[in-house]
Amino acid sequence: MKRVYVNEEWCLGCHLCEYNCAFANSGEDYMPKALKDKTIYPRIQVEEGDGVNFAVSCRHCEDPICVKSCITGALSKEDGVIKVDTDKCVGCYTCIMVCPYGCVMPAPDGHVIQKCELCTQNACGEPACVKGCPNHAIVYEDRG
Amino acid sequence: MNYVIIGNSIAAVGCVEGIRSRDKTGSITIVGDEPYPVYSRPLISYLLLGSTDEEHMKYRPDDFYEKNHVKTYLGRRAEKVNSAAKTVTLEDGTVLTYDKLLLATGSKPFVPPMAGLDSVPEKFTFMALDSAKALEAALKPASRVLIIGAGLIGLKCAEGIADRVGHIDVVDMADRILPSILDEEGSAMMQKHLEKHNIRFFLSDSVAQFTENTAALKSGKTLDFDILVVAVGVRPNVELAQQAGCEVSRGICTDTSCATTVKDIYAAGDCAKSYDITTDTDRILALLPNAHMQGMTAGANMAGGQESYTALPMNAIGFFGLHIITAGCYDGEAYITREPGVYKKLITKDGLLKGMILIGDIARAGIYTSLIREKTPLSTVDFDLIKEHPQLMAFAKKDRKIKLAGAKQEGDA
Repeated sequence: MKRVYVNEEWCLGCHLCEYNCAFANSGEDYMPKALKDKTIYPRIQVEEGDGVNFAVSCRHCEDPICVKSCITGALSKEDGVIKVDTDKCVGCYTCIMVCPYGCVMPAPDGHVIQKCELCTQNACGEPACVKGCPNHAIVYEDRG
Repeated sequence: MNYVIIGNSIAAVGCVEGIRSRDKTGSITIVGDEPYPVYSRPLISYLLLGSTDEEHMKYRPDDFYEKNHVKTYLGRRAEKVNSAAKTVTLEDGTVLTYDKLLLATGSKPFVPPMAGLDSVPEKFTFMALDSAKALEAALKPASRVLIIGAGLIGLKCAEGIADRVGHIDVVDMADRILPSILDEEGSAMMQKHLEKHNIRFFLSDSVAQFTENTAALKSGKTLDFDILVVAVGVRPNVELAQQAGCEVSRGICTDTSCATTVKDIYAAGDCAKSYDITTDTDRILALLPNAHMQGMTAGANMAGGQESYTALPMNAIGFFGLHIITAGCYDGEAYITREPGVYKKLITKDGLLKGMILIGDIARAGIYTSLIREKTPLSTVDFDLIKEHPQLMAFAKKDRKIKLAGAKQEGDA
């Protein structure tokens, strides 16, 4: 399965992935219109440390504890991608409680959750975060 | 192989998924006393709140049973288990034979004896879909509602109906709300929050005498009400297990393979005990994620697997937009953070994170939960960093490589 993998040695901490994620999931087709003067709620998060940065997004686990724990059945895994049905989700945050990577977060309205779906549910079609990473600090590939 | 599952809720679904992960062809039969396909019971408060509906409460798609080749007897109660003959008899006399049986019989609301309770015409419990529908039908904009029980069920009920009734009074014998998951400070914070929403609390108190529309409390106060909800707790359904000869002590005793003490009978969900890794005891953890995972393990093992299930107490629950996530046990050294609208307590002991209470700031809480679950020695992470905010930066570089870059754990092929 292809996944988003992190090469932390190469991450500049530029946060472009967060902007590209927010843009890809905004439903808009013009980035300034989608993001200018707005608080963004990306599904990928850059962690910054002392000389080291990296971007974290859903690992699309082999045996996903978020899916197993979901109280509504809103989370499911299809073709290797963990997806959320926001019509079913009630925002109980059980998935946030169990995700060992901290990769599920409340959606901006606070009533449902959001997570990386590898851009399969938006117009981008492939991970926008990876596509826009200037330094290959995140890559989308199959490492078995 | 012939599998029979008694119960049609979350543990039963887990069991079907566990069986089908190993055995695609064996016959599976589910017996459930409710006439509905599987739905998520914790959603009944969201149903009353209007944030879900019956269609979206379905825990699995409509074709779940068909796709998994499951025969169902819904709306029919299993009355008898004969473990010698390996049969289950339903209330209508139908006899099913099994090779492997799962007891996923759940729990029922506990209604303690209270003087005058019989004279109350509008009284409800709050656990299953039908109980929520019955309560909903009785609600009127001016209704005065009395809820007995300030635990998870009573307060989710209160949240669900708060905007649809006149006012809500909650009475509990305990001196604070949500005592099963919060400490004193957390309880006080949540109480203050709930009180802003039309809810009054009468704690360290109980009902001495009901009449049709009044509850005289032991403290001497009298509360008037139109609708009574009894939500003091639940009791596991263990009668069939006892009949079958399984060891029961409060819940059905199971080992980590989810097997009971009777051959070929397994148990999972709210009726069963499981091994709590944080308190090193066997106990009932009536929590939905646990029911599903325990059911999955039971199913895999019924189909010849060698899987093991251990449980972690954990709760994610919110009231009127203020969210709580708790996990583990609270015996140890506490690290507390207080900010406006936020209370955060991490509990450590013997170099491990043992438990947590997070109110108001639940971001990335699962990183903490996994430290508790995996019993990660805190000496291997930057605990000072992670105390502030859960983050993967606190892990050693080699561990981050495993988590984020697909590196293999040492010893893995």
